[in-house]
Amino acid sequence: MSSPTERAPVAHSAGAAEESRPSLSALLLDPSFWADWASVVGLVGLVIVFGIAQPVFLSVANLQALLLAAAILVVLSIGQTFVVATSGIDLSLAAAVMLGAIILGLVNAAGYGIFIACVLAVLATSAIGFLNGLIITAGKIPDFVVTLGTLSGITGLGLILSGGEPTMVGSTFLLKLASGSFGPFGYPVWVAIAAIIVAHVALYHTRFGVHLLATGGQVESAGALGIRTNRVKMAAYTISGFCAGIAAILLVARIGSAEPQINTSLLLNSVAAVVLGGVSLFGGRASILGPAIGALMLTALVNGLTLLNVSAFYQPLAVGAIVVLAALIMRYQK
Amino acid sequence: MSAVSPSSASDAIIACNGLSKHFGGVRAFTDVAFQARRGEVTAVIGDNGAGKSTLIRCLVGVHVPDAGSIVFDGREHPFSNPDGARKAGIETVHQNLALIDELTVAQNLFLNRELVSRIGPFAFLDRKAMKREARSMLSRLSINVPSINQRVRRLSGGQRQAISICRAVGSGAKLVVMDEPTAALGVQETANVEALIRRLREQSVSVILVSHNFDQVRRLSDQIWVMRAGKMAATVRASETSGNELVALVTGAA
Repeated sequence: MSSPTERAPVAHSAGAAEESRPSLSALLLDPSFWADWASVVGLVGLVIVFGIAQPVFLSVANLQALLLAAAILVVLSIGQTFVVATSGIDLSLAAAVMLGAIILGLVNAAGYGIFIACVLAVLATSAIGFLNGLIITAGKIPDFVVTLGTLSGITGLGLILSGGEPTMVGSTFLLKLASGSFGPFGYPVWVAIAAIIVAHVALYHTRFGVHLLATGGQVESAGALGIRTNRVKMAAYTISGFCAGIAAILLVARIGSAEPQINTSLLLNSVAAVVLGGVSLFGGRASILGPAIGALMLTALVNGLTLLNVSAFYQPLAVGAIVVLAALIMRYQK
Repeated sequence: MSAVSPSSASDAIIACNGLSKHFGGVRAFTDVAFQARRGEVTAVIGDNGAGKSTLIRCLVGVHVPDAGSIVFDGREHPFSNPDGARKAGIETVHQNLALIDELTVAQNLFLNRELVSRIGPFAFLDRKAMKREARSMLSRLSINVPSINQRVRRLSGGQRQAISICRAVGSGAKLVVMDEPTAALGVQETANVEALIRRLREQSVSVILVSHNFDQVRRLSDQIWVMRAGKMAATVRASETSGNELVALVTGAA
């Protein structure tokens, strides 16, 4: 489990500059190293601490359960990353998950196939994301205000559509999705892994990824070079909405029903995972692996505290402390 | 010498005649004739408010002139917006440089012109080719940066200016327009950027240079155009003029 820390400095120096390879000790003393690798360091630290305090934590069954529990947050954090990379923030993310779940439940309950229900759920959440981006760019309104508004609006819409009642979704497809596995991982974990790979390629290996970071970095400069920054922003929010739709499917599969309730910790944790992952809230700087590991770390924290019989009331406190700590470390990011 | 010479379109990369631009009731310039020769450095000087910035913005498509004609590379009315000007072959080195701090040198050099390799319907960045090409672009102009993988944020003002100029030249532009390229630089960095502009001249890149610095203009350019109070007051060969004469032309004492 110590291998990520040993490998990390090498990868870091190789990416930073060809001619200067700082020694390991110099790197470990450099605050920006800790800032860049906060999520990895945090995850390794938690694994070591929980592993010693409660050996069950390191059992294969628990690690599998941990990954399964992290899948939804990983997918949401990826969506949030694309938005934060443009120096925006999507506060409506968890509300979009709720609406996606409700639409999935209602369409399924109306007798349509589960496949159509899932597609409609993803389409609806993607449309919400697109709408966020459209209002932000066309109306020139701050991201924070618009997504705060859609957060409330979507919540209301979800309550209206569902009548405030949960809808049972008894689908063998979703049951298999939630409980089945391929190789060592459950299907939701594979969905998260696929999301990580696709998002990583999109961010680092396509023109869209470069234009996304350019838009987040200096929007006027990007515009002066002919990048259509408004389109890039709208695409980022649409991706965020799409991820919310995927998360909604995983959520309904996991709990077997569509609940008209927002899981606010999902929203907060998605932002927290992005921050832990070293993504700049001012935009222009992002990775996919960082937030994914950040999401894993937050899930490991909750999992470990539960195994240690710490009251659930303490979990938000621990998450909050870690996020603020990470933000402090981030100040040293170069 | 103070008379504006008639345009001989054959060797001009860009030529304009009878150009006027007003903003509401405010007159930026009237009936301006101007041309820049192929492969030369052409300077535009003038006091603040003489209209040179507005003239340049008309040449690069930011403003559309109210009257007059622009002929670029033998084509009349070649563009109506900055994007069109870029496509036609005019690259601008913006005063704010238009660099993205968080991206690397190589990424900035290829921003919005990224090289891609296609696999089926998908286009992936060809990062190796871009890095290779970025290195050769920089070495062709003898620009020194610590690494092309370095974020632009960490570069000095002179290095940033050099990257910005390199990007403009490297795009295969027929004409590079620089607005006060050394305005915010120290002595050494100014010297570096001037050396770079001289290399562009040796490589026969057509350059339009806007500057306040008369000495610099005389050192760097072939032809100097002087604007005063919204008119083109004079044009002189840089080799045939003196600093005093330029001051006199700019202030109207001549």
